[in-house]
Amino acid sequence: MNIIEVDHFSLSYSDGTESLKDITLSIPHNKITVMLGPAGGGKSTLMRAMNRLNDLADVTFVSGKITVDGLDVMDPKTNVVELRRKVGMVFARPVPLPLTIRQNITYGLEVAGEQDKKKMDEVVEQTLRDAVLWDEVKDRLDDPGVAISGGQQQRLCLARVLALDPKVILLDEPTSGLDPISTAKIEDSLQELKKRYTIILAPHSVQQASRTADFAAFFLQGELIETAPDKDLFTRPKDKRTQDYVEGRFG
Amino acid sequence: MIEKGTSPQIKRITQNFGFGLLGLMSSMTVVPILIVVIFIIQKGAPAISLEFLMGFPSDGMRGGGILPAIIGTLYLTFGTAVFSVPLGIGAAIYLSEYAPENRWTRVIRIAITNLAGIPSVVYGLFGLGIFVIFLKFGTSILAASLTLSIMTLPVIISTSEEAIRAVPNSFRVVSTSLGATRWQTIRRIVLPQSLPGILTGVILGLERAAGETAPILFTGAAFFLPRLPGSPLDATMALPYHLFVISTQVPGMPIKIQYGTALVLLFFVLIMNIIASVIRSRARAKRMW
Repeated sequence: MNIIEVDHFSLSYSDGTESLKDITLSIPHNKITVMLGPAGGGKSTLMRAMNRLNDLADVTFVSGKITVDGLDVMDPKTNVVELRRKVGMVFARPVPLPLTIRQNITYGLEVAGEQDKKKMDEVVEQTLRDAVLWDEVKDRLDDPGVAISGGQQQRLCLARVLALDPKVILLDEPTSGLDPISTAKIEDSLQELKKRYTIILAPHSVQQASRTADFAAFFLQGELIETAPDKDLFTRPKDKRTQDYVEGRFG
Repeated sequence: MIEKGTSPQIKRITQNFGFGLLGLMSSMTVVPILIVVIFIIQKGAPAISLEFLMGFPSDGMRGGGILPAIIGTLYLTFGTAVFSVPLGIGAAIYLSEYAPENRWTRVIRIAITNLAGIPSVVYGLFGLGIFVIFLKFGTSILAASLTLSIMTLPVIISTSEEAIRAVPNSFRVVSTSLGATRWQTIRRIVLPQSLPGILTGVILGLERAAGETAPILFTGAAFFLPRLPGSPLDATMALPYHLFVISTQVPGMPIKIQYGTALVLLFFVLIMNIIASVIRSRARAKRMW
């Protein structure tokens, strides 16, 4: 079953830096989909199209269609706030909001109008456990979010996305700035989380891609070159360019 | 570039000389301020007494106190804040968070910059024409406050806009990605983070308003009033104008009272400055990024 359908989707920015060319792609439900490829390939752009974060950027041209859980993403009538709650995002660089650890997690709930303090406390604990961070921060929930290490911050960013109870979690090179131990912790939690969420990951290396992928898509210069289930993309790539990339000949 | 043939010793001497020169130049900026302050304190302090601060002028301003001028300046500063702070911060939020970069916003920005460069006496004449005569507010606290507000607006707008823009854009992206609307992002993240900078701008702007004479000259300042103003439509005495009057218009004025009035005005502005610095340093210590 597929939760996201990308149908002949194209997009370009006004400065012409990065664009998507006629992408058609189905993202399977409750799996880790890995979108890999060299920088500038369109992975981030496609992710940011899925939750309309591109609205904040200077987009000049969009065509085609994306549906997430039945919701037509580009439809002007679509409630973007609701969409963004459905499609949470973790960025390459951890950016804790200038709030406490606790407030970073409850932020998404509070802007959605949640007022039940008890429920929010439960969410804080649960999501921090899911992000494998609870034991490290349980005694300092009211410290600033920036007071913890970079690896912890990135797990905090994951926890605050989980607090939204999204359907889909987008992770745009979430471990690019992290040490191997923090990276392993995040990869481990993703294996747990895929039971409940659909995960789309732009990995920071081919190795990470092949470790985590249930489904993989290779992007090159705005084009989708090929997709394959399981680890097939890494073991039996069909396209020469995919093979060259996964074998490390470029990128 | 490596200079050959220069011994390390000479280099050190040259460097010390350079630093010394720079140090001297920066201390020279402090010296005049210190001299002014010391001079005014020295000459004005003997005049300061409870009667001076709490009393009315008597004997054709040559004696008594300056209470109506102190109160008047408080009223005018407050009145200016009432109009210029919401308008200024609102404009800054619009310009930095909502306004698209187009010809229209460029025109607005140019207008604000130019507004800041207009001589204050021109504001005074403008206030006279618009608020006093056309809108029939008369020479009043209301008209003077509005005039001072227009003069203060550019300062508040540009410092607030700068403070708002200094908030990292990544916060806006993250907040949006967590389902916050643009306004929620502004209210919960951007404004709290930029508030210290905004307040500093507000206080610096109001401080300038409190010390100005020309804009209130034709719009609300009174030469002498036997009682305190009772409504915003009354004229008022004010410290800077009072100082101007007793320094130029009253023959046989005791010098003590002139400097005493200057000292009170200086103190007033200094207090506002200190408040601004305290807000800034406390916010910096609490900042979470």
